[in-house]
Amino acid sequence: MTQALEPATAAPKSASAQRQGLGSRIASSPMAAISLGVLAFIVLAVILAPLLTRFDPSVSDIGQALLGPSPEHWLGTDSAGRDVFSRIVYGGRITLGGAALALIVAMAIGVTTGLFAGYFGGALDSSVDWVSNLLIALPNIMILLAVRAAWGSNVWLSMTVFGVLMAPGFHRLVRAIVSGVRNELYVDAARVSGLSLTRILGRHVLVAIRAPIIIYAALAGVVVIGVQSGLDFLGLGDVTVPSWGTMLNEALVNLYIAPGLMLWPGIALGVVNAALIIFGNSLRDALEDRPRVRRRSTSSAKQSAKKNDAVTPAAPEPAAFAGGQSPVPGFDEVPDGSVLAVRGLRVGYPSADGIKDVVNGVSLGVRRGEILGLVGESGSGKTQTAWAILGLLPSGGRVTGGTIEIAGQSLPGLSKGAMRSMLGKKVAYIPQEPMSNLDPSFKIGFQLVEPLRKQLGLSAKDAKAKALAMLDRVGIADPQRTFDSYPHQISGGMAQRVLIAGAVACDPDVLIADEPTTALDVTVQAEVLDLLRELQKEKDMAVVMVTHNFGVVADLCDRVAVMKLGQIVEQNTVEVLFANPQHPYTRMLLEAGLEDKTPRTRLLRPVDEPLQEAAL
Amino acid sequence: MSAPLLQVSNLVTEYPVKGWRKPPVRVLKGINLDVKAGETVGLVGESGSGKTTIGRAVLGLAPVSEGSITFNGQDISHLSGAARRQVSRDIQVVFQDPYTSLNPAMTIADILSEPLIVQGKGKAEARAKVAGLLERVHLPADAGTRLPREFSGGQRQRVAIARALAMEPKLIVCDEPVSALDLSTQARVLDLFLEIQEQTGVAYLFISHDLAVVRHLSHRVCVLYRGEVMEMGDAAEVTENPKNDYTRRLLMASPIADPVRQRQRRQERLAMAATASTA
Repeated sequence: MTQALEPATAAPKSASAQRQGLGSRIASSPMAAISLGVLAFIVLAVILAPLLTRFDPSVSDIGQALLGPSPEHWLGTDSAGRDVFSRIVYGGRITLGGAALALIVAMAIGVTTGLFAGYFGGALDSSVDWVSNLLIALPNIMILLAVRAAWGSNVWLSMTVFGVLMAPGFHRLVRAIVSGVRNELYVDAARVSGLSLTRILGRHVLVAIRAPIIIYAALAGVVVIGVQSGLDFLGLGDVTVPSWGTMLNEALVNLYIAPGLMLWPGIALGVVNAALIIFGNSLRDALEDRPRVRRRSTSSAKQSAKKNDAVTPAAPEPAAFAGGQSPVPGFDEVPDGSVLAVRGLRVGYPSADGIKDVVNGVSLGVRRGEILGLVGESGSGKTQTAWAILGLLPSGGRVTGGTIEIAGQSLPGLSKGAMRSMLGKKVAYIPQEPMSNLDPSFKIGFQLVEPLRKQLGLSAKDAKAKALAMLDRVGIADPQRTFDSYPHQISGGMAQRVLIAGAVACDPDVLIADEPTTALDVTVQAEVLDLLRELQKEKDMAVVMVTHNFGVVADLCDRVAVMKLGQIVEQNTVEVLFANPQHPYTRMLLEAGLEDKTPRTRLLRPVDEPLQEAAL
Repeated sequence: MSAPLLQVSNLVTEYPVKGWRKPPVRVLKGINLDVKAGETVGLVGESGSGKTTIGRAVLGLAPVSEGSITFNGQDISHLSGAARRQVSRDIQVVFQDPYTSLNPAMTIADILSEPLIVQGKGKAEARAKVAGLLERVHLPADAGTRLPREFSGGQRQRVAIARALAMEPKLIVCDEPVSALDLSTQARVLDLFLEIQEQTGVAYLFISHDLAVVRHLSHRVCVLYRGEVMEMGDAAEVTENPKNDYTRRLLMASPIADPVRQRQRRQERLAMAATASTA
């Protein structure tokens, strides 16, 4: 019961993490907050320039040229006797203002086109993409020089042009994200709800692209400031108004007389650019942090919540619930002569409060020529049990207790090399998703031949002959053609047959099938089940069939073990278990099925379900 | 007999194929079906049968290349913009995947009140209605302040159902609404669908690959195969004594959760396949 209640305490915590808006995310990352503070301080100083300075930045006084820092001129004066501090503060108006203008133009164009091209796709997308590629191909600096040659050195004009040249970056970024979001079902649902286009784009799409735009803009800002200051430094800017680039240009002329003049505009540029880069990077880190946390907590919340869902009907009240939940005697029986024998298996994953067991003392055994169904709902630990037997637990997970024996060989504690030689020959695996278990970049033949050569030491020719024979055996009409195909060229049912061929090729003693037909159509499922039955008889294998489908169990299995919350609650032959289920959970599962129900009547007894679900 | 609520006539949907002058791929090849007010019509078929495309065409999310879709006497095959939004009051949807069909950034209350506000309801009125909707799908009243990720698959599907109910539609297209759910959760969501239909008299176009689910919920069943209707008729008739060969294959391939009867069904299926291959 404690496990079932856990989400009640876990959910609010994760909820507050998720509910953090962009603003509080920035605040919670010290680097982002500090760099943003520095930027804000500089921008404020530049805006309030008249209040902070006592000298006009353009008024020269030859008598006061090249003075060092003094109480009157805090940073000294330049070669024309102008106050350096005033010029730095006023110069920021040109440098930062120009950069801001370029970014605004780039974003106004790029985000808008990206939004529409990504959302609508088609001809609009292709034509905008063409223009965007053209802009990327243009040499930016040449264009800026041409603009200067034609219309003179106006910083606002050149930054507007530069903004247009920067737009493709924003366009591509936004387009890529939007075309992904566009296929999300919640956008379809919004359309069906009768939302107008502007509302869909504003409420559902823009939210997804907000943060990436900010990050990209911060980094693009560095580029803009660099280019703008570079032009001014080369003397191509307007020399009548101060900017940090112009100041560097003048400092260069007097480098030998007053090297200190280089320092101040250099520091200004360095601090702004560093702050922008750190802000962009730390914001990205703060946001990238989120999917990791989210994935972990959703999957656990999902699992625990489904557990919650699952226990509800069988749980009229906690007292009866606790009493009725003890496993049915015989639940931990391991038959004599089992070729696979698991006793007291525990699998744990690290969590916030120590190791958390997802498999909690599972015992089961399968003899040669026998098929055991391991059945349960999501979160029951059935797949974790299968992975533990194969020694293929995902990172973090490990066997924390119990023993696993395959054909007399004890598994936990076996070296990686020894385990590898067991896989395929002693124990083999058929996965749930046939397509994602074939490597798309290699031909099917190669993927079948390689393990045969490694595990059985066959020559290339023998391995190919055996692979073709296996493909023929699993009912593939044209083995040679499939052998030469890439995975995307065959159907899901064919792919599953290929994986079955690969799994049984080395004559394993034990075959673990993890929901092997769940991803398949029902007519294909029937054929694959027939195939598994034949192969199992032919090779006299012990099979563990992990499934959530009682129909599949009834069709294929000799015995069945029902799992719930990491434990087996009942184990028996299929005939007895289906005819006379003992455990309330087994009964509830069988009752939830649609067999022999009067159509259009309630499936479950009405229970105070809202109260139960509210426990989440 | 009154005119049906939804009439799909000779519906053809084609999608363009990439490449120079390649013919478009024809996903639906002339579909005829109808749904009466308050009725559940089950659409069953395997992957590639076009069942989801029919639902999307009715919702205006898939193109109608030929034929027509009539709703409540109005041709809705090619509506766009404001006219389509007007129809959306009456035709709603519950999608298969409860994990991507709710915007992860919005609270449940925002998700439920958005369509109401769009249709011109005041904020206060919408909020009040949200409480009623949550109650109707048996979610706790405080669910509104939470985000989708705090809920399990079954509960999210309840939220999706509540969103569909918000506009008090006449028809809900249910696209595999229970196939991502565990068995016991599926049973409770199916019960909810029945309960809502009893209370509101809404009609369902219920799409599923699972013959048992469709049989349980539907008045009439339509069997699809590769974009064509194989058989349509009374649910009990189609799912127990199918006339069509494909429907029979589909029925025989669905395993029964009973080892004794399943052995019998398997033998019948193998015998059927043997006669089919010799014939």
